[in-house]
Order: sequence, then structure tokens, then C-alpha cells
Amino acid sequence: MKTLTHLQRLESESIHIMREAVSDSERPVLLYSIGKDSSVMLRLAMKAFYPSKPPFPMLHVDTTWKFREMYAFRDRMAAELGLDLIVHQNPECIRLGINPFEHGSALHTDMWKTEGLMQALDLHGFDLAFGGARRDEEKSRAKERVFSIRSPQHRWDPKRQRPELWRVYNARTNKGETVRVFPLSNWTELDVWQYIHLEQIPIVPLYLAARRPVVERDGVPILVDDDRMPLAPGEIPEERSVRFRTLGCYPLTGAIESSADTLLDVIQEMLLTTTSERQGRVIDHDATASMEKKKQEGYF
Amino acid sequence: MAHADRLIAENIEAYLRRHQHKSLLRFITCGSVDDGKSTLIGRLLYESKLVFEDHLATLEADSKKVGTQGDDLDFALLVDGLAAEREQGITIDVAYRFFSTEARKFVVADTPGHEQYTRNMVTGASTADLAVILVDARQGVLTQTRRHTYLVSLLGIRHIVLAVNKLDLVDYSREVFDAIGTEYRAFAAELGLGGVVSIPISALRGDNVTELSPHTSWYSGPTLLDHLENVEVDDDVAAEPFRMIVQWVNRPDSEFRGFSGLVVGGTVRPGDRIRVMPSGSETTVARIVTYDGDLDAAVAGESITVTLCDEVDISRADVIAVASDPPGIADQFESHIVWMSEDEMLPGRRYLVKLGATTVGATIDHPKHRVNVNTLEHVAAKTLTLNEIGVCNVYLDRPVPYDRYVDNRDMGGFIVIDRMTNTTVGAGLLHFALRRADNVHWQAVEINQNARAALKGHRPAVVWFTGISGAGKSTIANILERKLHASGRHTYLLDGDNLRHGLNRDLGFTTADRVENVRRVAEIAALMADAGLIVLVSLISPYRAERRVARERVGDNDFCEVFVDTPLEVAEARDRKGLYGKARRGELPNFTAVDAPYEVPEHPEIHVRTAEMTPEEAAERVIHHLGARLVM
Repeated sequence: MKTLTHLQRLESESIHIMREAVSDSERPVLLYSIGKDSSVMLRLAMKAFYPSKPPFPMLHVDTTWKFREMYAFRDRMAAELGLDLIVHQNPECIRLGINPFEHGSALHTDMWKTEGLMQALDLHGFDLAFGGARRDEEKSRAKERVFSIRSPQHRWDPKRQRPELWRVYNARTNKGETVRVFPLSNWTELDVWQYIHLEQIPIVPLYLAARRPVVERDGVPILVDDDRMPLAPGEIPEERSVRFRTLGCYPLTGAIESSADTLLDVIQEMLLTTTSERQGRVIDHDATASMEKKKQEGYF
Repeated sequence: MAHADRLIAENIEAYLRRHQHKSLLRFITCGSVDDGKSTLIGRLLYESKLVFEDHLATLEADSKKVGTQGDDLDFALLVDGLAAEREQGITIDVAYRFFSTEARKFVVADTPGHEQYTRNMVTGASTADLAVILVDARQGVLTQTRRHTYLVSLLGIRHIVLAVNKLDLVDYSREVFDAIGTEYRAFAAELGLGGVVSIPISALRGDNVTELSPHTSWYSGPTLLDHLENVEVDDDVAAEPFRMIVQWVNRPDSEFRGFSGLVVGGTVRPGDRIRVMPSGSETTVARIVTYDGDLDAAVAGESITVTLCDEVDISRADVIAVASDPPGIADQFESHIVWMSEDEMLPGRRYLVKLGATTVGATIDHPKHRVNVNTLEHVAAKTLTLNEIGVCNVYLDRPVPYDRYVDNRDMGGFIVIDRMTNTTVGAGLLHFALRRADNVHWQAVEINQNARAALKGHRPAVVWFTGISGAGKSTIANILERKLHASGRHTYLLDGDNLRHGLNRDLGFTTADRVENVRRVAEIAALMADAGLIVLVSLISPYRAERRVARERVGDNDFCEVFVDTPLEVAEARDRKGLYGKARRGELPNFTAVDAPYEVPEHPEIHVRTAEMTPEEAAERVIHHLGARLVM
């Protein structure tokens, strides 16, 4: 008699969630952020519908400010897996030239990501979107349902969440409402890394340490990924061995000093480290309850 | 932990290998606001080193600002998530926490304890294998302790830990601990819960949580964490009969046809004989297909895709089961219902029920009783309001495969969805099927209604005449039958009076007997229609609900309700059978329209006002309505 390991149980649960979501929606889409959680989601999607292809496209809500390696990786994955990739860039942001340097991280994130996501979902008429959020990431997410309903304005109301029992998910919506589905709800950061290791899932090389040109911003090393990064007079990027625990817009994503240049080294470092994953994300620093607020406003 | 750190540092590969083989335990913590539940979970997270430095810094700052522990860390703040509840100092929803040790990964459902949140506890308990019931040593077993235990037992959790907390506040007294344990075990036994493990702890001080306490030398059992790491909860799932709920039909090309779903019971292997429910078709498993290659066997909890040896018609929500022990099929159940909506349950209202992958229209009867969750008493109730639990009959629009909830949570647990708002308004736990069809499986038949209709040259139908006694139902039905017969249609007339001489001889005229009378006639009419006949039913059938049941049994398309509308004075004046006279003299109790109700049809297909048309004309109206179905 075989006993399932925790990773097998998590994988099976995620597959069950994906199949249920696809069956109970008209036009599902996978929100693809290019990060490691997205990589795991893609693998799970490939598994869930095998030998068929996942019956939904990938949607990347782009800000034009991601790391270059992320774009290359994104296009390679879509081609290799044979999946449709939709890239959406908020045209309003393009017109106004929204960027994190002049407009600040809050406005930048709000317009490119929050507004961009809503536009893309409305534009393509997607009624269900898979996201890679995990409950262990942040306190307000611990109470998020696996199937979470968004109002026609894409807002989340923590007080009106549906009870979610057993493995019976309710994906029914009223007109204009959409569903967010989080297949990785019960995974932790370690589970994700362990699964990537076990399954040999490709990830963006930025997760591994390499010598990269960085400058210090508020005590955090920021990669000078292209010439849009404004440098102070006389400031010269410094080659340091760094890696990223989380990937986003390069000007908003702090690197950490590290020499972990293999996946095993990264996991080892993660296990021995004592700061949380989201610490590198600039957007979380504003206030403790900020993620909850962002979600209510429609940020994923 | 120090040992683990060394292994991580020295041989990460060995460490990961060990951790790949960890099992998973899902548990729920139940306690009242002041029992120290959040403190306990916070401590488990803290002790298993899952609290990062930045979180710890926030915790330290928060502890000083809003904490309740002076300068000490307030672990509860680690887990009290949403801004609103942090301000109120209570948790208001189900939160899921994660921690892991060398032996296991844990998913903790953290649910608040106060009365109004039965909904949340039931939600948290629905996925848990084990429950930790917290009791304040100073308070002992309280009303809420009983409530939590009842809910846990209702949801089918068989592993209970009684954590007697705040033992430091009763001087680590063994007598207090023993007395609470004894009282609790007696109560749990009433609910059929054996195997309660009691552990004396102080979540705040850390006694017996992860380390044995020097203050309880009289206690020889495991620490809480020890127990959680070692308790066996994989109850013989392999011994259960095989069940897989089909979620998705997998058709990448014309060559491959697989059925994707989750194994929710037992084991399956290629070559196994299986039965598909509800169709009843039998075949053999050909392959178990996964992205990582074909499997020799799959067990409960695995998401797989199977292919079968024969071409069988299978769609989403069907259940693939071991042929020798398939699930039952039924459309009426007795169930516990937990109501989860601010809007009260409306008996008779049309809801949706989702059971497994099936979503089906349903109505729920008045509760047979409500359960007082504090005293476990059965209370009479007309309906259920938020957080109330009752036992009700549930009627589905069509038969579905099921197992009893106690036998299989996935095959017997369902949610109730409001059709208007689409929100989840209730949860149900299926006890047993009401219809005797239980365990009588559908035999797949090859000749179907269409084939029979083709032979007859007309579509089947059920024409259902309803109206008070003496309205003229039988008169019209007879004329209609004569006309249809004359034109070569194959008919049969089911007359209520005639049937009461034979099939329904055992039934009287109480409400319950009338309901049964109509049910039997509806069943026969449906069978005859299935056989290809045009069935005419002449029956008072005074209740809307039963006429609706008849309509649903036959199918909306084939059903034609004819309301024979004759004013009571007219019918009574006619009184050809002398029945009204007897009823008025009190010799015939429960006589429709005299001292028993007749519920007028709201939307009959045909409304015959006998004052305005002759029986002949009425029969023509029906023929006109049947129109196209009289010819193929």
C-alpha cells in the first residue's frame, strides 16, 4: 500500500483544483508572473490535463520593467510548452510613461499591475483566473479561499467570502463577477522549492547567484538591468554576487548577497535564512495590512 | 532543530530526501476566545522555526503596542491576520497555517470559537484529520467545548486531542487535569468518539507543547507536537471500495479518450473491473495515465487519468467505482444540513446542490428537527437560520451516485448554493437515501425511449388531470383516450379511484398517504411513458409539491398538467358519487376542498374552466397541445 508524501498530496490537490476550475468556467486563464510559483503552476497545469494541453492560455500582465532575463524565459517557456501567451501592457501607462523612478512604486504597481490585470481580464472576457498566491506568504492570505470571487469591479470583500468545505468548490458567479483560483494555496515556500528540485522545473536564472551589476538603494542592492536605471552623478554599478528570492519589476526588487549558484545551494540558503520571502518586495513595506488593502482594491 | 540545521548545512541533498518522504497532517484547533488557541498556534509556528526575523521584529513591536502579555511576545499576534480582527482582538474567519517538522508537514485550520461562527468551524473541520480541542484548565469543560466536540464528530473527525491549557494557572495540578479529562471522555463517548488523547499544556509558557515540562512530572504521555507527529490517521483508505469522481473528459485527439479525476476512495489497478455510475455500464481499466508515466496502481488522494477497455459513455460528475461494490444511486436523502447564510433556509425553495462534481437542482424539506449544538437536544423547527444544524430530507432533480458521509466524505458531503446569489448557503452530510432504490443499481439498457417512440410512431407523454372531486377529470380523460385510441395512438388511463382498489389499496386520505398515492402514480406514469405510451392520469393530486415531483419524475418535456377547474359549489351540486354529502356530514374526513386543502396549479399547461367549455372541447384542447408529439 503506498502512502502519499506531502508533496504528492499537494500536487494532487492542485491538479484537482485546476480540473474543477476549468470544468466550472467558460473562459479560464493562467496568470503568469514568470516567477518560481508560476513555473510550478505551469508544470501542474501540464500534469493536470496530460496528455491534452492545458485548455487555457497564459496571461502575463506586463509592466515593461521586468528583468530582461524574465522576458526571455517567458517566451521560451510558452514556445517549449506550446501554450498561448497573451501579454498585456496597460496602454494608459505606456502613454503616460509610468515608471517606478518618477511615479513611485505605489502608483507604478497600481497602474501597471492592478489596472492592467483588470483591463486584460475584461478585454478577453476571462471569467476565471489562476493565480500563484500561497496562504503562507502573508497573514491576510491565510484566510483566502481557493476559489475567490471578485466583484465586477474586481474587488475582493473579505467579509463576503464563501464557506469552502471539503474539496467541493463553488465557482458559480453572478453577471460580471469573476473567480480567482489559487491552486498553490496550501504550499509553502519550501514546498515550492522542493518540488522544483524534485521535478527539475526550469526557473529564471536570476534565482541563482551570479556576478551582476548592482547599486545600493535604501540599503538594498538593485540590479542595473538596463540603461533606464537613473544613476547618481559619478555612481558606478558594482559587480557583486547576488541572487533574487522573488522576481518583479527590477527597480523594485532587492537582490540579496549570495554565492548560492545551484538550486540545492539556494534551498540550503533558504532553509538556513531567517528573513521572509516578501521582505525583498518593496510594495509590502508600507503598512502591515497593506496586502489586504491592495487585494480589496483588486491587486491580485 | 539544531540537528536539522547541521544536516542542511552539511548535506542538503540528504536533508531534502528525508523531507520528500514526510507525510501531511491536517488538523483543526477549536477553542473559545480566551482559551489560548492563537497563542498555541503561534507557539507551534515559533518553535518549529517558521517565524522569520522580519516577522519576529513585527511581532515584537506589535506585542508592545497591542499585545496582552506585557513585555513578553504575544504569539497570538502572529496568526491574527485581517486588520479588522486585529483591532477587535478576535479571529473572525477560518485561517490556514503551515508548519513542518522533521516528521510531518502540518496544515492547521484555525477557527474562532464563539457561537456565531459554527459555519467557520464546520468549514475548518471538513478537511481535517484530527482536532485539537482546547480547554482552559480554570474553566474546565464548557458549553462551547461540547459544541466544538459535537461539530467535530458530526464532520467525521475521529482523532481528538484534548489540550488542557493554562495549566500554569492551576499550579500544574494533576487533579484538575484528570478531572477535566474524565468529564470530557464521558461526553465524547456519548458522541461515539473514542481514542481521546489528553495532554496538559501551557501554550503561553510552552509546557508540553514541543518539550516535556519539568512542572508536570506526573504526566508520562507525549508532548502535543510529539503526538501530532506520530498519530496514525490514514484509516484504511486502501481497504475502502474504489471511487473516482470524473472531473474532466480527456480527449487530446481521436485516438485517446481518458477520464480525469481524483481517487476519493480505495485503490485502482489496470485490469480492475469497474462500474460507471449512474449509468451502470461495466468495463475494465486499461491504463492509469499520468504525465510522469503510467501507474501500476493509484490510491485515494491521487489525481489520475484512466482509460477503459470498452467504449463507454462517461461524462463529468460520473463516478467510476469498483464493480463489485459500487455506490448507491438516489435522488432523495436524509441529511444533516448546516445553514451558513444570513438568509434563512426556505423549505421547498429551489436550491442547487453540489455533490462531488455534480451540480443539481434540489429542494429541502422542513427540518425533522434542529440540533441544539450546546445541549445536543433535538428541537422542533420550521426552518434553519445562520449557524443552525438540522436533519432534513433533500430532494434532487435527478438521481446521483453517493455514499453515506460516514463512509466517504467526498461521496457524501455536499454544499447548498443559492440560485440567485450563487453563494454557498449551506452544507449537507448525507445519511441515507429515502427511496428504496438504494443499492438497486441501474441496469444499463440499450433500447431507449427514442427507439420505442420510433416503433410507435408517436412521442410518449403524461397528461396529468388535477382538480377537486367531481370536477370532471375522468370524463375529459375518457373522451381524450377514446379520440387518441381511434387515431391509432397507444394510450393508457390511470384513474385515481381505480388505482385505490388495487395498487393503492393500503393508502388512506391523510396528507402522508395522499403524498404516497401521488408518488406511486407518478412512478407508474413515468414508467409507462418510458415504455412509449401516452399516459392519462386522472387524480385529485391536491398538493403542488407532489405534482411538481411528478413533473420532475416524468421530465418537463413529456409532462402536460391539465387543471380541471370547476367551482366547488358546482362540483358539490353535481355530487354524482354522493361524496360531498358524506364529507359535509363528517363521515369522510380529509375530503379535498371541504376539510382538506386543494392547492390550485400556478402554471398548468392547460387550464380547463368547465363552466366555459364542454368535455369534448377540453379533450380537443389537449390534443391540440400535444400536437407535434402525436406524430413522429
